[in-house]
Amino acid sequence: MKIHEYQGKLLMERFNIPTTKGRVADTPDDAKRIAQEIGAKVAVKAQVHVGGRGKAGGIKIANTSEEAYEGAKAILGMDIKGLKVKKVLVEEAIEIATEYYLGMLFDRDEKKIIIMASAAGGMEIEEVAEATPEKIRKIWVEPSVGLTDFQIRQLIFEGGFDKKYAKEATVLLKNLYKLLVECDADMAEINPLAITTDGRMVAADAKITIDENALFRHSDLAGWRESEDGHEIEEEAARRGLTFVHLGGNIGIIGNGAGLVMTSLDVVNREGGKPANFLDIGGGAKADVVKNAIEVVLMEDGLKGIMINIFGGITRCDEVAKGILEATKDMTNLTVPVVVRLSGTAEEEGREILSTSDKFHPAASMQEAAQKVVALAGLK
Amino acid sequence: MSILVNKTTKLLVQGITGREGAFHTGQMIACGTQVVAGVTPGKGGTQDANGVPIFDTVQQAVAATGANASIIFVPPPFAADAMLEAFEAKLPLVVCITEGVPLHDMIKVYDRLLAYPDTKLVGPNCPGLITPGEAKLGIMPHRIFKKGNVGLISRSGTLTYELVAECSARGLGISTCVGIGGDPIVGLRFIDCLKLFEADPETEIVVMAGEIGGSDEETAAEYIKTMKTPVVAFISGRTAPPGKRMGHAGAIVSGNKGTAEAKVKALTEANVPVPLRMHEVIDEVEKKLKSLAKV
Repeated sequence: MKIHEYQGKLLMERFNIPTTKGRVADTPDDAKRIAQEIGAKVAVKAQVHVGGRGKAGGIKIANTSEEAYEGAKAILGMDIKGLKVKKVLVEEAIEIATEYYLGMLFDRDEKKIIIMASAAGGMEIEEVAEATPEKIRKIWVEPSVGLTDFQIRQLIFEGGFDKKYAKEATVLLKNLYKLLVECDADMAEINPLAITTDGRMVAADAKITIDENALFRHSDLAGWRESEDGHEIEEEAARRGLTFVHLGGNIGIIGNGAGLVMTSLDVVNREGGKPANFLDIGGGAKADVVKNAIEVVLMEDGLKGIMINIFGGITRCDEVAKGILEATKDMTNLTVPVVVRLSGTAEEEGREILSTSDKFHPAASMQEAAQKVVALAGLK
Repeated sequence: MSILVNKTTKLLVQGITGREGAFHTGQMIACGTQVVAGVTPGKGGTQDANGVPIFDTVQQAVAATGANASIIFVPPPFAADAMLEAFEAKLPLVVCITEGVPLHDMIKVYDRLLAYPDTKLVGPNCPGLITPGEAKLGIMPHRIFKKGNVGLISRSGTLTYELVAECSARGLGISTCVGIGGDPIVGLRFIDCLKLFEADPETEIVVMAGEIGGSDEETAAEYIKTMKTPVVAFISGRTAPPGKRMGHAGAIVSGNKGTAEAKVKALTEANVPVPLRMHEVIDEVEKKLKSLAKV
């Protein structure tokens, strides 16, 4: 679960990590008031789950609260890479002398937490890793031991930090690791970790992601959950408890099991369609889940067809069929062809139920379903 | 022969009285699995609906019944602890079905697993494993399986069923099918299962169904170069956009890591066919089996 910069900075404050002073605003008036409280030059920063907001004009420096008002007015509602800005962070504008990089994340190959430090902060760390990998010091945390002092020294001294700040950096590293573990974050990145012209070490940005599987033990963070991209249909799907990813094509996809749905996308693509979404109804889905799934998929724009691909194990095909009928009984906005493939548990009963309506096109296999839906959608 | 599970497997079910645990215990017994014990803390001394004795701890259950494998159905907040308890009882095989185990819990579990070289973990977030006609430690619909000589390894549940159904329709049976799970950290990986299949005289060919994310398919490809048993692969998510998590926690292309292209390339270089369509995977299996029969 991605969280916004302002939320990341709230967490950092909780763990005594020095960050820029500021607050979040969703109207220009709020932004103005916060700027007045800060009483100095401020930065107004778009809060969206996408990189490159600076280049897109999503960050404005304001010398007065009036300018902060104008800045917020320009940024709120702005479209950054397809995402609408709903909130801005108004914070003190710091004068940066030096920029470092500090990142902690899960390393899938080593199955451990990796910590990276570099004096080459402020730029994309992937670019630094590509061009000058020697400028990044990496350590891996032993799960049974935790982050050790010698590793912290390696990060600071071999990572090229100014020795004057070794003490501050040590405390900050310890606190950030504590945050990572206690908040169940799978990534915590500070870029840049700034040394200001007046000699303070400050987290100028905060990029934190929380492990969704651990939200059961963080009721305070669970409220921050929103669709990763702030996409409206994804948010609606999440409210209905569906695993849904918006992809933006013309064929709606519904299936059971992540691997099967992912393969359905591949097959539809290959047959000449463009999947509009990924939707996994999971194992053992009952009629109401199927109904929700169809309703959510129909929210996609530019839909030309829907493919429902079910291989019943725990999921019963007759339950799915009932759900399809139930969902579409009074539906007036179902104008696109729906191709249904039902195999596995109770497949005959399922097909029987569906054959009572002429709204659906049966298919015997995933391959046939994809070919049929693409043809009926007029894409081939 | 088969790998990991057979008629002699004596299974212990952790979380036997939960909804999933209770239902699947019945299903596993129905296909011949020897379920010798269940564990639900606080319910020790009772029995489940099938007459399986229930214990409070894994240690007690193992001591009383000689169980040599465990399957875990406990909810995500308690799954890590259940795995650690099974490791500590020195069970040679532990299968964790639970989906949604927190990452930081799994980092610790994996680290502890390394201290038990004789214990194999399958999962978490997996459908389990089955040796048709002998034993099932999992949740897959066993009726679709036929006994045979195709070894199957997969990161996804329903995709496995799809491949099995296609095999069965053409008269091909399965020696053992292992669902290794869709999480970023799992116990047995493709390479571990391939090694076991390579050593199994009954398995004549292996089908592996991988997907985007991680680099386990690439690691497996290196090992396949040294194998005698032929392998056919399928990769799911070839058209998935980068940065989007496709349902499974582990199925995501991040940066340039975990792409389908890299996996297909590595496998192709290891002389493994990676067909685009499911039925073509089984075509390849038939082709390879025919050429084996000629030799």
